[in-house]
Amino acid sequence: MTKIIFIGRDGTRYELDAENGSTVMETAIKSGVPGIEAECGGACACATCHVYVDEAWADKTGVPEPMEEDMLDFAYDVRPTSRLSCQIRVSDDLDGLTVSVPEKQA
Amino acid sequence: MTSDLFETDVVIIGAGPVGLFAVFELGLLDLNCHLIDILDKPGGQCAELYPEKPIYDIPAWPVISGEGLVDKLMEQIKPFDAQFHLGEMVTELERTGENGFIVRTDAGTGIKAKVVVVAAGGGSFQPKRPPIAGIEDYEGSSVFYSVRRMEDFRGHNLLIAGGGDSALDWTLNLQPLAKSMTLVHRRPEFRAAPDSVNKMEALRDAGDLTFQLGQVMSLTGTGGQLEAAIVKTPDGEIEVPCTRLLPFFGLTMKLGPVADWGLNLHENLIPVDTEKFQTSEPGIFAIGDINTYPGKLKLILSGFHESALMAQAAKRIVHPDQRIVFQYTTSSSSLQKKLGVR
Ligand SMILES: Cc1cc2nc3c(=O)[nH]c(=O)nc-3n(C[C@H](O)[C@H](O)[C@H](O)COP(=O)(O)OP(=O)(O)OC[C@H]3O[C@@H](n4cnc5c(N)ncnc54)[C@H](O)[C@@H]3O)c2cc1C
Ligand code: FES
Repeated sequence: MTKIIFIGRDGTRYELDAENGSTVMETAIKSGVPGIEAECGGACACATCHVYVDEAWADKTGVPEPMEEDMLDFAYDVRPTSRLSCQIRVSDDLDGLTVSVPEKQA
Repeated sequence: MTSDLFETDVVIIGAGPVGLFAVFELGLLDLNCHLIDILDKPGGQCAELYPEKPIYDIPAWPVISGEGLVDKLMEQIKPFDAQFHLGEMVTELERTGENGFIVRTDAGTGIKAKVVVVAAGGGSFQPKRPPIAGIEDYEGSSVFYSVRRMEDFRGHNLLIAGGGDSALDWTLNLQPLAKSMTLVHRRPEFRAAPDSVNKMEALRDAGDLTFQLGQVMSLTGTGGQLEAAIVKTPDGEIEVPCTRLLPFFGLTMKLGPVADWGLNLHENLIPVDTEKFQTSEPGIFAIGDINTYPGKLKLILSGFHESALMAQAAKRIVHPDQRIVFQYTTSSSSLQKKLGVR
């Protein structure tokens, strides 16, 4: 099991077990992390699963594909570490990955 | 504004995949259709939200893109020559006398029909409100999500936000009228036709408009009159003076006028029976994502099945005197004649 840590809007820490091969978004939805909406169900078509990846993990999670970059245009307060969490796949490499939930979703 | 009045057998509200396939099933039973959609193209969610993404659960299509499916449906229904009213929102649905309805759109179109099929999916597509603090206070006075009349923007300090075709097109169209024009987008790349991007860059280089890298975070002004937008740029927050803001952040689905037609609703869905997919109002059917019944799955597949059964019931309403003979398209010469293959 891989651990993914979500920091909620109010600072609450959610330390969740994630299944390798699933996505960071699915991990959040399963446990109902507030602020991850994922309206399109992970199809990279809504930008409501936006997160900020902790700086220390940015290299490991990589950069968004052009399709994700396009969708990020619809997100609020996009920063250099912004990602759509449905596009980050969980693997052993990401054990301990920390992401925070933005103030608002699109 | 037009005020055309049409008359047909069946009017279909929503030209998503399910509304399109309904044309086929109704057509086989000799029923003519008009379709209305607020989008400027057929295909609903498939066309607007995921044209390039693969769908894997359409029977006999191991994989097909959203757009591919819409193209195939359009080809399949071509023989039936349905009339499309695109870019129009159905606002009113009324019963006229004993056996008929009239449907009206925001563009003034009226259509009389004996049967109404609501295939409105997740509701009508409407511009998304960007999560900018306090934007509601300026909507309708200084902030607009579409351009009805270009003249309304003449002489204004205009700010356009977004990086897609709508943002670029309106930047180019309104720039000659505006007192000043600023386009704000969070990155130098656009999701728009390269030709529009080139034109915008030429205007920028000539000093006729400003391109600002950044994101609108909040607005300032008084009494709904916009004075400036606070834009977060790579070098910190700046204030961009403007009197009109046009944000283009894509479309989202809202139930919209469907709620006003006197139909029973359950959590924004229309309950139907599973024999005819008829609503609480005889003669009004609901198929696809907009309906609900025990066991409902919001899949394209389910909507196709619902279309077939609905069509049988619609036929009985439009042609009560005609007997319905069950036929296969494979072997029926009369069906094949309708399809133009015989
Ligand atoms: C990202 C994504 C992936 C999906 N993947 C699959 C999949 O793999 N398989 C699958 O089976 N399904 C999938 N779906 C679901 C599928 O797209 C829907 O089930 C399908 O689009 C429903 O079709 P519909 O015709 O009922 O409604 P829609 O496609 O929602 O179309 C309804 C249309 O009605 C119009 N409308 C509504 N109200 C009005 C009005 N008052 N006036 C004018 N027009 C109006 C809307 O503008 C819209 O165009 C997916 C959906 C999404 C978002
Ligand atoms: S869930 Fe919609 S973009 Fe990620």
